[in-house]
This record gives sequence, structure tokens and C-alpha cells, in this order.
Amino acid sequence: MHNISSWAWEIGKKLIADTGKWKDMFENIEEPYVSPDGEKIAAVVKTGEMEFSVCENDAPWERRFDKVWYLKFGPDNRLTALVSDTGAWTVAVDGDVWENTFDFVWNTKFGTDGKNITVAAQKEMEYFAVTNDIPWETGFSSLSNLTISRDGKRVAGVVPTVDVSEGEIFKFQEGCYSAVVDGKPWDTNFVNVWDMAFSHDSEHVAAEVRTSLYDYTIAVDGVPWDKIYTSVWMPQFSPANGSVTAPVRIAGKWTLARDGNPFWNRSFAQLWHHMYSPDGKKIAAIVAPKFGRWTVAVDGKPWSLTFGDLVTEAVFSPDGNRVACIGKEDGKWTIAVDGKAWGGVYDMVWQPVFSPDSRSVAAKAEKNGRYTIVIDGKPFKDSYKALGDPVFSPDSEKILIKGIEGDADGGKYYRQVLPITDITG
Amino acid sequence: MHDIYNFVSGPLVWVSFIIFFGGILYRLISMAVLAKKKDVIVYEYMSLQYGLRSILHWIIPFGTVKWQKNPIFTIVTFTFHICLIFIPIFLFAHIILWKESWDISWWYISDIAADVLTIVVIASCIFFLVRRIVLPDVKYLTSISDYVILGIVAAPFITGFWTYHQWPGFRIMGIIHILSGEIMLAAIPFTRLSHMIFFPFTRGYMGSEFGAVRHAKDW
Amino acid sequence: MAEPAIKNSEQIDKIVDEGIDTGIARLTPEKIEQVINKVLKTETGARLKTYVETCVHCGLCSEACHYYLSHDNDPKFSPAGKVKQTIWEILKKKGKVDPEFIRRISRIASTECNLCRRCAMYCPFGIDVAYLITIVRRICHMLGVTPLYQQDTAHSHSANLNQMWVKEDEYIDTLQWQEEEAQDEIPYLRIPVEKEGAEIFYSVIAPELKFRAQLIYQAAVILNVAGVDFTMPATPGWDNSDLCMFTGDNEMMGRLKKAHFETAMRLKVKRIVMGECGHAFRSVYDVGNRWLAWKMPPIPVIHAVEFYYELIKEGKIKIAKKYEGAVTFQDPCNISRGRGLHEMARYVVNATCEEFIEMHPNREHNYCCCAGGGVINAGPPYKMKRIKGNRIKAEQLFAAKARGAKVVIAPCHNCHGGIEDIIHHYGLDMELYFLGDIIYKIMEKPV
Ligand code: HEM
Ligand code: HEM
Ligand code: SF4
Ligand code: SF4
Ligand code: SF4
Repeated sequence: MHNISSWAWEIGKKLIADTGKWKDMFENIEEPYVSPDGEKIAAVVKTGEMEFSVCENDAPWERRFDKVWYLKFGPDNRLTALVSDTGAWTVAVDGDVWENTFDFVWNTKFGTDGKNITVAAQKEMEYFAVTNDIPWETGFSSLSNLTISRDGKRVAGVVPTVDVSEGEIFKFQEGCYSAVVDGKPWDTNFVNVWDMAFSHDSEHVAAEVRTSLYDYTIAVDGVPWDKIYTSVWMPQFSPANGSVTAPVRIAGKWTLARDGNPFWNRSFAQLWHHMYSPDGKKIAAIVAPKFGRWTVAVDGKPWSLTFGDLVTEAVFSPDGNRVACIGKEDGKWTIAVDGKAWGGVYDMVWQPVFSPDSRSVAAKAEKNGRYTIVIDGKPFKDSYKALGDPVFSPDSEKILIKGIEGDADGGKYYRQVLPITDITG
Repeated sequence: MHDIYNFVSGPLVWVSFIIFFGGILYRLISMAVLAKKKDVIVYEYMSLQYGLRSILHWIIPFGTVKWQKNPIFTIVTFTFHICLIFIPIFLFAHIILWKESWDISWWYISDIAADVLTIVVIASCIFFLVRRIVLPDVKYLTSISDYVILGIVAAPFITGFWTYHQWPGFRIMGIIHILSGEIMLAAIPFTRLSHMIFFPFTRGYMGSEFGAVRHAKDW
Repeated sequence: MAEPAIKNSEQIDKIVDEGIDTGIARLTPEKIEQVINKVLKTETGARLKTYVETCVHCGLCSEACHYYLSHDNDPKFSPAGKVKQTIWEILKKKGKVDPEFIRRISRIASTECNLCRRCAMYCPFGIDVAYLITIVRRICHMLGVTPLYQQDTAHSHSANLNQMWVKEDEYIDTLQWQEEEAQDEIPYLRIPVEKEGAEIFYSVIAPELKFRAQLIYQAAVILNVAGVDFTMPATPGWDNSDLCMFTGDNEMMGRLKKAHFETAMRLKVKRIVMGECGHAFRSVYDVGNRWLAWKMPPIPVIHAVEFYYELIKEGKIKIAKKYEGAVTFQDPCNISRGRGLHEMARYVVNATCEEFIEMHPNREHNYCCCAGGGVINAGPPYKMKRIKGNRIKAEQLFAAKARGAKVVIAPCHNCHGGIEDIIHHYGLDMELYFLGDIIYKIMEKPV
């Protein structure tokens, strides 16, 4: 996350906003969001008849809108919302609106440092992306799968490149779609293009494509691999050498391929959401070694621990040596780290977070409608009405807890920094 | 003739029983292996409880809506199937043979009863035959093989009955009887008669899917 | 009801369908043989073998099928009869069949079987004819021979991850529009979009956005009045339907289900509640999830009928005044035979309506509406065929009407479409509602 070391890391608890009082200030308050650094809490509020705004730390934005939605804090703690003023849509950032307006905007995305904000937009039935208030020069008849590079400077999506009407099935099968990067479509058309990824240097794009109803492969900058598969999932670029890997389906089984060649030497009943360790040396993926059992495989080797319901949100530690994920068995959720499940089970858990030194893992968890933070399997004694994601301090010794205390009627939002030993003992 | 009789009632009996049991085993194992390879789903969703629940309903006369809706057919098919298995096992004439070669014996039915039940089986076969010819939907599904199979099943009963009543040519008929019985046994694993082997699995699987997954009845 | 049934398939053969005709024109016997054998070899195994070898050709399944009954017991429409014309022939000829044969089996598989699984309850062996017909559809898909309208729907699914070419903004816009409309009635009402951590993800199908937006309105009212903590996504993955499951495009089916379930996971919901749709339920409950190797849905999926049952039983929805007038109820195959929700449905109907008149047969044994299994999606060319293929449903409804029923409740979109056509064509003069329509009408709402 952006510049964490500049955040306040002194041990202590600070009242940020008495959200309970908001009820007296506004006709209606929607669900609250907290900023990454925990210094801000905000919600869409109704300020009058057909009049909405955003309340941020006890004070509403000055501007009023006839609609506000999709409240999102960027990594740099700026607050964005999609707003409409007499039917003209645009993006509001910390209360200021972009100059351009559109017939609709949606799907706000941020680069890792938060500087670049992108949305999908539609104006007069033309579809395009808009980054920092600058729209693409060309519009398309539709836009989906909006994807941004890590730095947020480049934007890709999927657009129709050949006019095809409903019912023109054979024309459709010739290939009428392509990927578009910064408003410029690839030269090649495909039957379908779906999920895509930018390379780490933002220079290249790889995408799942279908070249006929039956032939799936990965296309990199518009050039498909020369192998075809019966299906593929989202590709990734190696941060180390720029090669592209993707889960591919061969004879009913899934394996990982690199640049069109077999890469992992075993196959799975399912394999998806593969990811590189930060140094690019290792690959982990969510796999089903057999039908109905789920786990994580690192470099092709699955953990022996498996879950029946699902495994999701796997994440590498910063040093690349550890992996944590969410697992669910018999309707109960937990966190597993390096093939070992935490003892406790919960009604819901959120994506686990590694400390910068890779030693500790924290996650937000829910039990009986209350939320708490769990570190290395040990739950914090306090529970909250609502809670943001936990953040470790840069020295890995403290944890930031962003929680709303209180019950259904009232609530006070606190930003609290604790030594992790207060939780782990 | 005596030689033929000896051969047919000696080594060939062995052969037929080996084909019968060996065949069943072979069919079961090869199908299980194939399922493991290509239809793991079947293993994943097979449930003993719900499988048995369904099988039970279907092997009880009038235990299902289908059986209730076609009472005559239900009575015929149940009597037919019960007799089919029951007669050869509890027939005095057969038990004598077991006694002679293995010195084992068990309870048997009276010859009169055997006669009656045999006629019932033959009548059922005629019923099935007529049905096949008369009912358009059954006729549409029928191929020569269905008549052949029906013949294979009816033959031991007709010939056995003939032999027992010592009608003309009964000696040859006796040999034919034994032969036909053997053919039937050998045919079970390798023709549609294998429905005997697979019934528990097809029904059990459907019962499991309906019961354990879909929470519904399948009868 | 004196319509002459389509006596033989010749009339049907004349139906012009560009999807099938053009597909057929591109086929060669070699291609057919190669594709068929590839599908048989790589995608089928013990089930196909056992079903084919175990079938004793007894015809006991015939009367299970509404097509057979509606076509005056024409053997060609019996379940095993359809298998004979397709699978048996394919196996006998080892795939050496001509393009005209593919035309016939495509027609049989995609417009003469609703995959309703009723026959599995009438065959003593539980032979799954629906499964066998699915294999035929798969073969036809691999050969590129699918009715135009079905294929177009499958294309929409692939391009937009929804059934009806709905673009990302159109979907969100519709939700906001319905939210505003409903706020006139219930000022505090919301359709919370992207509310992470909500209890429930309410998922719908594209026709609700395109043609039946009032259903979203009504659902919003029901959910808000009941105080349910729900959300809807602002991304593709909101559509739970899946015609790719029915065209034989299993790979796309899997992709759609993945998007749907991963949307639920991203929203951190505990359950997915879906609107009144039968086939969509099947696709998320025991078909699509399996293709992805999830033994059961990773996030539990609750069909609207079960959800209404919960709401009424727990007193979250109170009935102001029961619906007057006698109603009858269509058990959708995919949630009765497919999920055993028929008793809960009766609880809801009895709790909300003054008088309930059963159709016969009912519950698991109910006849399919003849629209399901993708058949209604084969489009206008087959409309009459579909209506005539279910004369028995008209008779069933007529009998219920004779006993006083004025309204048919059908908690499934396809059933709805199918029964609507049947009501019109056979002049039944009955009203048709979703359960949600009834509940919305008669529930207590804050004033
Ligand atoms: C496997 C070899 C078999 C042998 C060696 C055998 C032998 C015999 C013999 C010796 C008789 C007595 C005839 C008589 O009384 O003179 C007989 C009768 C009979 N057998 Fe078999 N049998 C065989 C298989 C079968 C099978 C498979 C069936 C039916 C499924 C069958 C059904 C009958 C019947 C129905 C009778 C006549 C009973 C009656 O009318 O009283 N047999 N068998
Ligand atoms: C013990 C397990 C068995 C079960 C559960 C079973 C079940 C059935 C069922 C459900 C049918 C279909 C409909 C009907 O009743 O006609 C059938 C038909 C038939 N079975 Fe069996 N069966 C068994 C064993 C046998 C055996 C051992 C034979 C003979 C060797 C046999 C011969 C037949 C014949 C000939 C038919 C076809 C009737 C027709 O042509 O329509 N069955 N069986
Ligand atoms: S429509 Fe239903 S009853 Fe008829 S064959 Fe298909 S699955 Fe069986
Ligand atoms: S599918 Fe079942 S009921 Fe139908 S003919 Fe075959 S065995 Fe008989
Ligand atoms: S549409 Fe309705 S009745 Fe017809 S198959 Fe679907 S669920 Fe069944």
C-alpha cells in the first residue's frame, strides 16, 4: 500500500468520528467505508429530497448530487464516488468533480500508488475509459473487462471491433471482438476476449481469448499462442522475465502452461488464480487436486491440507516464502497458511494479510454478526460492529485496527494501533 | 446321446457357471474402473442411504408411482422375475443334481408348484412378447435382439417343462433344456440381461442424485 | 383442445432454422465421424455405456414424457425413442452418419426434450435420458449445429456474461432506476450495490432487466420490508442463468458459473438468493459447479421459493390479506425434481392465497412446461411445436380450471414463458403470476 511509513503508528486509540450522530444529521446513511490509513470514514448520505452527498469524518461534502454511488478510497486515501448531477455522471474525488461528464460511469480503478484513477464511461452510446478526467479518444459500442496496469497509467478492456448484431451467429463466430489498450484495439479479432493482465512494466497485455467456439488460448499483445486448449483462465506475466503463464485445460484436466508450452508437470481437476511471488521466482495457484477438494499448490505441489467448499484469496508473503489463503469447509470459514489451517472457524473471513517481515498473518473475521481481527489464529478480544482490513506497521510489530464500536443503533469509529503481541500474546 | 448328455450336464455346467460368475465380476470391475477414469462424479455422489432407499421402492411391487399406474404389468413383471430366480434354485430336479455331484441339498418346491410357476413364467414371456408386438412405443424400441433375449429366457422353462412331462422327444429336450439354461446363464453378463447386474447401480445412482443432492423422491 | 398433434416429424423437418441449416451445410461425413468419436471417447464413459446396455427397451418411460403424451403417444417422442433415434444410432454406426442425420438429432435434442428428468422417475433403472440427450447436444455443439436463437443466447453469454446482450452500465442503470421507482412506494428502500459483507447476494437473470424489471422492483420491496441485508454486484457475474449449459458449450457454462460464484466470494456474502428461475438454479446447483470441480455450490444458493418460505415462516413478511381467487401451482422441474422445493412452495402458496387447487400430477411428478431445457430459447421457429408438444399441460391446467382455479403461479421464468403461450393458444383464459407477484400484492408494507 501507498507510503505506509508516513502513517501514524504510535500505539493508541483515536476517535475519528461519532458515526452514531450521523443519523441526526441526515435523512439516510448508507454503509460506511474507511480509508486505508484509517484516518477517514465516509458514507453516502441523503441530504434532502432527491439530494445526496458524501459524509466524511462528520462533515458532508459541500456539493450535492442527485445520485451518489460506488464510494471507494484509493490507496493514497483519496475518496472517490460516482456522482450524477441532473443526469450527467462524473467522478468526484475528495468532493471535487471531474470536468467531463458522461451518460454513465462505473468500475472505478486505481493504480497501486493511487495517483491514477480510471473509470469506464458511456456517452451517447459510445463506450470508453477515462483516466484522471481524460477520456480515450475513440469510443466503442461496448466496453468490458476494464483492466489497468500496476502504475495505473495504462488501461485495457474488451470491445467489439466489428459491428455484429444480435442473431448474426456466424458473423459472431468469425471473431468480432478484440482487446483495446489505451483506446487502441489490437489488430487481431477474436470470438471472445476475457480477463487480461498487464506486464509489470505496463508494456504488454496478455488476455484469455477464444478463436472459435472451441479453441481457447492466450494472446499476448494481440498475438495468440500457437497452442490451443479446450479452455484457459487468466494469464499472468512473470515479474522476473516477462514470460506469460496461464492455466490451460487439456483432456479435461487443468495444468499451467508458459508461453504455450507445458510448465507444471502435473494436472488438476481445477487450477486458477495463479500468482507470482514478489520476486517472480515462485508461482502459487488455487487448485483442486481431485474433484471437490481444494487447496493451494506452490510450483505445482499441492498442500496436503484441502477444503471441501472452496479456497480463495490466496496471497504470497512479501519474501515469497509463504502463502496464505481463505478456506471453507462445511460452511465454516478459516485461514490457512503454508498448508496449516488456523484452529478457529468463522462465519466469514477476509483476505489474509502478511506482515512486511512475512512472519505474521492477520485477517478480518466475522462471528455471530460481530467482527474482529485475528493474527496467526488468535482472535483479538474486542469485537466490532464494522471493521476495515488490518494493516501491519512497516516494522511488523504493530497492527492498525479500524473499527466501529457500538451496537446497531449507535457507533463510534476508532483508529487504533496495537502491538501485535496484544493479540498474539 | 449319453455322451452328449454327460458333456452338457457336466463340463458345460461348469463352463456356464464360470462364464456367469466370471462375467458378472468382469463387467462390474471393468465398469468400476471405467467410471473411476471417466465418471468420477458417480463415486462422488453415490450415497448408500439414498441409493438403497430408491432401490427398495423400486423392488417392492407397487412401491412406486410407475408400478401403481400399470398394475397388470407390475404384477406380471414381479411374478416373472421372482419365479425366474426362485424356480431354478428351489426345483427338486435341480437339487437332485446338486445332491448327486456335491452332496448338498436344500428346501425345494413341490413338482406341482414348479409346474404352475413354470407356466406362469412362460405366460409372462408371452405377455412380454405380445406387448412388444402390440404396443407401438415398445415396438418402436424393439430390435431382433429383444426377441432373441426373450427366447433365451423362455427356453429353459419351456424345455424343462417338456422334459419333466416326458413329452415326445423328451430325452433330446432334456439335453436342449440343460443347454438352454447354460446359454441363459452365460448370456446374462453380456447382453441386455446384464440389467440384473447394473440395476442396483443405475437405480442407486439416480436415487442418490435425487435423494442426497436434489432432496426429492425418484419413484 | 382439438388441435391435431404433429403426427410425424416431417412437418417439423420443414422448420427453417439458419443456425441448424448453415451448420449442416458445412459438415462432411469425415468431420462428423471425427467429432462424434472424439466426444464419445474423451467425454463419456461408464454412465453412457451402462445406460445404453442396461435399457431393456421396455417402454416404461414413455408415459413420463409430455411430448409423447401430447403427440398422441407417438413413439418417436418417448424418452427411449429419442435415445434410439440419436445415441443408439450413433453408437451402432460408430459415428459414421450423414449431415441429415445430424439435422435430425439436433432437432430432437434441442427442441424435443426439455431435459426435465421426469422419465428418470418412470424408468425402473433410473436411466437418465436427460443426460443422454445432453451428450447429443454436446455433439451438435461441437459440430456447430445449434438452433440460431439458442446459439445467439450462448454468444451473448460469452460476450457479456449475461443472457441478453445487456451491457455493464445498462444493468447498473436498471437497478438504480428500479430503486428510484420503488422509493416512491417505500422511501427508505435501497438496492445496495457492491455492499461487501452483506448477508445475501441477490442474483437475477437478464430477462428480468430487459423485460420484467418489475420483478426487480418487487424483489427490492420484499427484501427491504423483510429487513434483509442484501446486495447486488456492479459487475458481470450478476446473471445466474446459463443457456450454454443447454447448448452443450460446457466450457462457457463453467466460465459463467465461475464468474457468478466468484462475484459472490468477492462480495463476501454468506448466501446467494436467486430470483424465480428454474434452469439457472440447475446450472448453479448441480451442473455448472460440477464442471468446475465444486462438488456443491461453494456459496450456498437459495432459490426464491425457499427464500420466500423462510421469510414468511420467520414472520419477516406478513400477509395483509390473502390473495383472493383460486390459484393453481406449476412445480418447475428444476426446483421440484431438481431440489425438492415443492412442499415449501405449497407452504408459501397456502400462506398467501385463499384457495389452492392442485394440478395433477404434481410435486416431483409434475409435467414439465415444455419451455425448459433451453427449448423456449430455440425461439419463434419452434414456438408452435413447443405449444403442441405440451397439450397435456393444457389439459392439466384445464382440469384445474374446471375445479375453480383462475390463476396459475409459476415460479420459473421458462415455465412462465411456456405456460403463457399454452394459456393463449389453448384459450385457457387464466392469469399467470410469479410467486413474487402474489407476495408483493398481498404483503404488509409500511405506509
Ligand atoms: C444349468 C444347467 C441346468 C441343468 C443341468 C438343469 C437340469 C434340469 C433337469 C434335470 C430337470 C428335470 C427334468 C425332468 O424332471 O426330467 C430340469 C427341469 C427344469 N429346469 Fe432345469 N436345468 C438347468 C438350468 C435351468 C435354468 C437356468 C432354468 C431356468 C431359469 C431351469 C428351469 C427348469 C424348469 C422350469 C424345469 C421344469 C420344472 C417343472 O416343470 O417341474 N433350468 N432342469
Ligand atoms: C435380480 C435382478 C433383476 C432386476 C432388478 C430386474 C429388473 C427388470 C426390470 C426393471 C425390467 C424392465 C421392465 C420389466 O419389468 O419388464 C426387466 C425386464 C426384463 N428382465 Fe429383468 N431383472 C432382474 C433379473 C433378470 C434376470 C436374471 C433375467 C433373466 C435371465 C431377467 C429377464 C428380463 C427380461 C427378459 C426382461 C424384458 C421383458 C420385456 O421383454 O419387456 N431379469 N427386468
Ligand atoms: S422431456 Fe423430460 S420426460 Fe421427455 S425425454 Fe426429455 S427428460 Fe425425459
Ligand atoms: S429407458 Fe428405462 S423405461 Fe425406458 S425403455 Fe429403457 S429401460 Fe425401459
Ligand atoms: S422451465 Fe420450468 S417446467 Fe420446464 S424444465 Fe424448467 S423448470 Fe421445468
